[in-house]
Amino acid sequence: MAALRAGPRPGRREGSEELGEPGAPDPSPASLDLPAMSSEPVVQARGLVKRYGTRTAVDGLDLEVAAGAVTAVLGPNGAGKTTTVETCEGYRRPDEGTVRVLGLDPVADAAALRPRIGVMLQSGGVYSGARADEMLRHMAKLHAHPLDVGALVERLGLGSCGRTTYRRLSGGQQQRLALAMAVVGRPELVFLDEPTAGLDPQARRSTWDLIRELRTDGVSVVLTTHFMDEAEALADDVAVIDAGRVIAQGSPEQLCRGGAENTLRFTGRPGLDLGSLLKALPDGSQADELTTGAYRIAGQIDPELLATVTSWCAQHGVMPEGIAVERHTLEDVFLELTGKELRA
Amino acid sequence: MSAGTYTPRPGAAPLPRMIAAQAALETRMLLRNGEQLLLTVVIPALLLVLFSAVDIIDTGAGEPVDFLAPGVLALAVMSTAFTGQAIATGFERRYGVLKRLGASPLPRWGLMAAKTLSVLVTEVLQVALLTVIAFALGWAPEGNPLAVLLLLLLGTVAFSGLGLLMAGTLKAEATLAAANLVFLLLLVGGGVIVPLDRFPDAAQSVLGLLPISALSDGLRDVLQHGTAMPWADAAVLAVWAVLGLGAAARFFRWE
Ligand SMILES: Nc1ncnc2c1ncn2[C@@H]1O[C@H](COP(=O)(O)OP(=O)(O)OP(=O)(O)O)[C@@H](O)[C@H]1O
Ligand SMILES: [Mg+2]
Repeated sequence: MAALRAGPRPGRREGSEELGEPGAPDPSPASLDLPAMSSEPVVQARGLVKRYGTRTAVDGLDLEVAAGAVTAVLGPNGAGKTTTVETCEGYRRPDEGTVRVLGLDPVADAAALRPRIGVMLQSGGVYSGARADEMLRHMAKLHAHPLDVGALVERLGLGSCGRTTYRRLSGGQQQRLALAMAVVGRPELVFLDEPTAGLDPQARRSTWDLIRELRTDGVSVVLTTHFMDEAEALADDVAVIDAGRVIAQGSPEQLCRGGAENTLRFTGRPGLDLGSLLKALPDGSQADELTTGAYRIAGQIDPELLATVTSWCAQHGVMPEGIAVERHTLEDVFLELTGKELRA
Repeated sequence: MSAGTYTPRPGAAPLPRMIAAQAALETRMLLRNGEQLLLTVVIPALLLVLFSAVDIIDTGAGEPVDFLAPGVLALAVMSTAFTGQAIATGFERRYGVLKRLGASPLPRWGLMAAKTLSVLVTEVLQVALLTVIAFALGWAPEGNPLAVLLLLLLGTVAFSGLGLLMAGTLKAEATLAAANLVFLLLLVGGGVIVPLDRFPDAAQSVLGLLPISALSDGLRDVLQHGTAMPWADAAVLAVWAVLGLGAAARFFRWE
């Protein structure tokens, strides 16, 4: 049931409990569970290597992005997210490996590809003396069937910027303008490099909503982030990257479930007979009294296990207070896979 | 916005429309920038008025304005095509504008064409303004307007190549400093307001090969002395144009 996948092979795998061996044959390449995965992937990177001088920024990266989905590229600073995305956008030529975006070579077929993609750079991209609506109107003029600029300005809360030029906009306003510029040309596929960096919680929500609307309307979205809550909340598919490689890919649920155990906590009378409890639980479960009266059960926490624990408590006259199931977060997954904190 | 708003409908606008839009934006950015206006409009106009009215520099025989107007026209070309373009493009590169436009449907050559158009539009405005001022000061130009046009165009190409070379290779701050310094040095040593024959002979032969000297000298030959076409000056400008554009095409970095 776990679908956590490690190693360089793209595509999801069902029916494998543990992390796949790098290069192991994919047992069921057809068992893809997103409806959109049935069409051609919009991004396909194989063995991508990109070096800056002697530093290897991307080191044999494999990535497949499904059409019509939101895909998050999640990783710590310097993991190679921007380099990967910018290679897909045609800014950089791979040193090794191949990249196809919408079936095209981003460098050789740049002229055909550019009108079809929307790009939000990690920073900058606007004339310092341009006003928000002016820059947006300009980007719209470069496209054949752009969105209504006025409506987009309102949608992203840029209406209040008025005559303020870009250099005097707040960081969040600059960020939202860059996002608007990426979508105004009605692209099939957008690349958003840290679309919510520096946004206040409200603006962040509104950006998330916009990204969901894009997906609903059939736009494929690739975004980078180092916020796991963002990846969990938004993405259909998450590619966790570290040191220039994809170390795991799957839906947030799959990643959090696979390979990682969840925990159940409660407090009760001190000195419970955990041996007797363990006998009632499935094999591989663990039970500890962490501090006096504070208990932790680790294992595959499902509704059945929860029922077992509570009925055991009932039999022993224990009131399990503050009972809580803790789900594994992507942050835990990242820590488990790399031994590092995601946001060091 | 309602459902279906973002339904993909990609496509590039027709090329002429993209280039026109880009040129219009670039021109607006330039005209909105105070420092740029100082450089391209205020300084040439002030120099023309000041040195025509006050006899500070010996401009040789004839009315000072007849000597000064061609030089100031050359200066106007340099200020827009070289100094202004180098500084603006340098900062566009620094702030990722060139990079972002590189992912838009506008091809890179289209962006360059738009920049050239925007420079030409600005120059038309400058020349119109300076011509009016010069006439008010009693300017009596001679020669063939077509020769003047050709020289102005050659000068524009030469200075654009050099400006883009600088913007595409140096850091934005370095470009800002260097472009202003070069502007100042060429203003003094390029025969704009100070006749080249005020300099020692050895210096004159070197200074005479500068693009600004070739342009101001060429314009002066036509407008002040009625020469049909100053081929030597045109040739110097053509060489600078080829060198500058060639090097810019070779070394320009977009990020
Ligand atoms: N233009 C460049 N020249 C040299 N090294 C670079 C360049 N761009 C990136 N690098 C290096 O390549 C590595 C990957 O950088 P990249 O920008 O792709 O990371 P990232 O995952 O986007 O990080 P962040 O979360 O900080 O944006 C880093 O070690 C970085 O220092
Ligand atoms: Mg980055």
